[in-house]
Amino acid sequence: MVEPGEIHALLGENGAGKSTLMNVLYGLLQPDEGEIVVNGEPKRFRSPGDAIDAGIGMVHQHFMLVPVFTVTENIMLGAERTRGGLLNRGSARERVLAVSRQYGLPVDPDATIEDLPVGVQQRVEIIKALVRNVDLLILDEPTAVLTPQETEELLAVMRTLKADGKSIVFITHKLKEVKAIADRITVVRRGRTVGTATPDASEDSLAAQMVGRAVKLRVDKEAAQPGDPILSVAGLTVLDERGQVAVDGIDLEVRAGEVLGIAGVQGNGQTELIEAIMGLRPIQGGEITLHEGRSGTGRPAGGRRGRGPASQSLVGRRTSEILHAGVGYIPEDRSVDGLVMEFSVAENLVLDRYDEPRYASGIALSPNAINEAAKARITEFDVRTPSHLAPVSTLSGGNQQKVIVAREMSSPLKLLIAAQPTRGVDVGSTEFIHARVVRERDQGTGVLLVSSELDEVVALADRIAVMYRGKVLATLPADAPREQIGLLMAGITDGAAPETSGSEAGPETSGSEAGREEDES
Amino acid sequence: MATLTVYSAPGAAVPTTGFWTRARKAGLAFLVIGVLAAGIFGPLARQHKSARFTFTQTITGAHVDIPAQPGAIAFGLLCAIAGAILLAWGRAARMLVLLISLALVFLVLSFLCWQVASGRNSTVLPLGDLSNSTVKAALPLVFGALGGVLCERSGVINVAIEGQLLTGAFAGALFGTIFSSSWAGLIAAALGGVFISALLAVLAIRYLVDQVVLGVVLNLFALGFTGFVFTQLMAQHQDKYNFAPVFPSWQVPGLSRIPILGPAFFQGNFFVYLAIALVVLVHVGLFQTKWGLRTRAVGEHPTAADTVGIKVYRIRYRNVLLAGVIAGIGGAYLTIGDVGNFNANQTSGRGFIALAALIFGRWSPFGATLAALLFGFSTALAQVLSVIGSPIPQEFLSMLPYVATIVAVAGLVGRVRAPAADGKPYLKG
Repeated sequence: MVEPGEIHALLGENGAGKSTLMNVLYGLLQPDEGEIVVNGEPKRFRSPGDAIDAGIGMVHQHFMLVPVFTVTENIMLGAERTRGGLLNRGSARERVLAVSRQYGLPVDPDATIEDLPVGVQQRVEIIKALVRNVDLLILDEPTAVLTPQETEELLAVMRTLKADGKSIVFITHKLKEVKAIADRITVVRRGRTVGTATPDASEDSLAAQMVGRAVKLRVDKEAAQPGDPILSVAGLTVLDERGQVAVDGIDLEVRAGEVLGIAGVQGNGQTELIEAIMGLRPIQGGEITLHEGRSGTGRPAGGRRGRGPASQSLVGRRTSEILHAGVGYIPEDRSVDGLVMEFSVAENLVLDRYDEPRYASGIALSPNAINEAAKARITEFDVRTPSHLAPVSTLSGGNQQKVIVAREMSSPLKLLIAAQPTRGVDVGSTEFIHARVVRERDQGTGVLLVSSELDEVVALADRIAVMYRGKVLATLPADAPREQIGLLMAGITDGAAPETSGSEAGPETSGSEAGREEDES
Repeated sequence: MATLTVYSAPGAAVPTTGFWTRARKAGLAFLVIGVLAAGIFGPLARQHKSARFTFTQTITGAHVDIPAQPGAIAFGLLCAIAGAILLAWGRAARMLVLLISLALVFLVLSFLCWQVASGRNSTVLPLGDLSNSTVKAALPLVFGALGGVLCERSGVINVAIEGQLLTGAFAGALFGTIFSSSWAGLIAAALGGVFISALLAVLAIRYLVDQVVLGVVLNLFALGFTGFVFTQLMAQHQDKYNFAPVFPSWQVPGLSRIPILGPAFFQGNFFVYLAIALVVLVHVGLFQTKWGLRTRAVGEHPTAADTVGIKVYRIRYRNVLLAGVIAGIGGAYLTIGDVGNFNANQTSGRGFIALAALIFGRWSPFGATLAALLFGFSTALAQVLSVIGSPIPQEFLSMLPYVATIVAVAGLVGRVRAPAADGKPYLKG
């Protein structure tokens, strides 16, 4: 139940069924049972068109915008007005500007979507819904791609909409935001409503409801004892698929026994940086060196594997050579780069180690050795699977991720690269993975952590490097104020004022908007 | 307001290819080719001979004579100069297209000076005839490529253009003869194209069959089926089943008198005018109407289209079927628009060249048409040269259109952006 003029938060873990519920509500999926009641009338939505007609709009987690279209074209799509058979772009443009002004959502109606930052794309999505005169707006994980400042702006927009009498369903798993904005909270777990709450409930109690047991929201760790540098990156420049500079002369250093966290909004070159280090992407310039570092406790990092040259360049090396040099890699998209979904858990556990003597003799694999090792890993890493022979695709996201973590941590490491290690992973598995990362660090491994969740970076990292548009703007200690990190994530280096988000907008809107935001800051 | 240090988007302003921009690469290529042309075509051309170009469709009438050897050398050097300018300048802009076109024209002229002057049968090249043949050769390609544009802009890869053209040519001849009406043949041709399209649409959209494999299979099916009916029925009773009336030519008064281009564009039959109209219509439709906006949205991001209430499957079916209508009519040009009878494998790969024209033309109606004209020109050139008795063996001359296709697609196109969802079936949910 959502009342008019209310912000109703739907809180739940990844995979709890929040998005599925909302896709049913929006007509993208059909319910097997049950009914939807809008303004007292039961409704049945066969397609999103029906939902729009009933006054429901949705901003999807992955934006539903055509990248090569302009803002106006995207907004008019599906509700085109024509004049003499031809598109009436002029009137659509007027409409966009009108809504844009009314709700304080500055956009340039003539910009092409793919040239716009995600924050602005999200505004376009909201305007797209508002132009269709919706009464209920569903926002599916809207803050996942935003900087803290952009999140604040979004919350402000939500308040404006609420004041205008619109209802909002706000789907999230972030407790802080829920407490900041929601009028009422429904918590879902494994497809069921497990409770309702008010925003004055404590974060701990909300988290407990969400997960079904008490959880620790903080990661327990000792202070780091950093040793010698393990990985140094100097002047690294990498291009993305489109030939644009994605990593722009980056210098980084990861020391033994510390976690270097890379904070930044998705798509600021983190992916390309990691792929370049792993030899998965050619580099344009710069140097990547893996050192024979010693940890703070004087123990050689990587244990027995630590033999070999004191320092070696990773540039131009094959990925398998890099892995065998003592680098562990948790890729950001496990289903694409981390696992072969059709393979069994046991096979996935040796995916990058199958040719080592312990698992193979000559050209033949040793299935017994692989299976025995798999059983041991499954126990050690608490992978919940019916059997070590079950296809990994049958496991939940959290357990799939634990398979990767188990594989990468089963060899002595000098360097662990963890990209988005807990994306789409339940809270229980997240706790476990975080603890293992910290343990790896305490054994003297250097850890390079990339996460778009600032909370995760702050919780795990000993030092934080903030990436923005391919550059590292600053490297901060872990206890740096979140406000400062947030500003850096938005590309502001002196912290005096947040970037006026209207700067990308056209002349019609930017003037007044810039003024408004200046007053706030 | 405090001074802000906001980093600008890297690479947003300048492309990051360094010194070797596309313009420079093309410039270097033309510089080398131009010098080679001057150095090879010049000496090869017979001395004291000249090449005569007439502006009519025959070997008499207004003409220019170009001395073969100096001509071949001069035009080769002009091509090299255009290349040098590109190389020195190195920036992509509006001038780029002009310079590349000029370089190509000079290169062709240098080649022609040698060829025409060395002809065994004649040393006269009628330009009117060349342009007429170009349009004739390009027409089926234009129809095929336009069909491809409609199909692929909505996200379905159309490798079956060849099959659609062939079925159209076949149905046009067969039913045109049976009903002894070229209009009946035209309708039958459209339905023939739709038949192949319907198979493509159902198997690709409903049953998610790989669209490239499917297209190849449909081409083979069309080849086998039309070939079978041809040998079993049409070839044995030519007068009863393979003797269709041909569309008459309509002259546009005034415009048809334009030298060189007039006869090609304004003295043809129904198909020429239909093609011109369709190019404009598809362009306007695609970029200025509700249908076009939705078509492109479905081809780029079907999920986004679905979430604003657009019926993705319906749009795709409609466009694929419409593509069949256009390609079918294009095939009919080969029979009821030209000679009136059908032959086994009459299209002989034109559908694939149309596909290349579509890609070379970057999925745009005008671009595809220009590409089709380029391929048509190389076909026409091969024909004309073999008539005047070129020193190059006939077999190599007939390779010309295909070589032009390969060079165009591999060399000049570079990386083009297809519609993002082209070839990807849409699954709901």
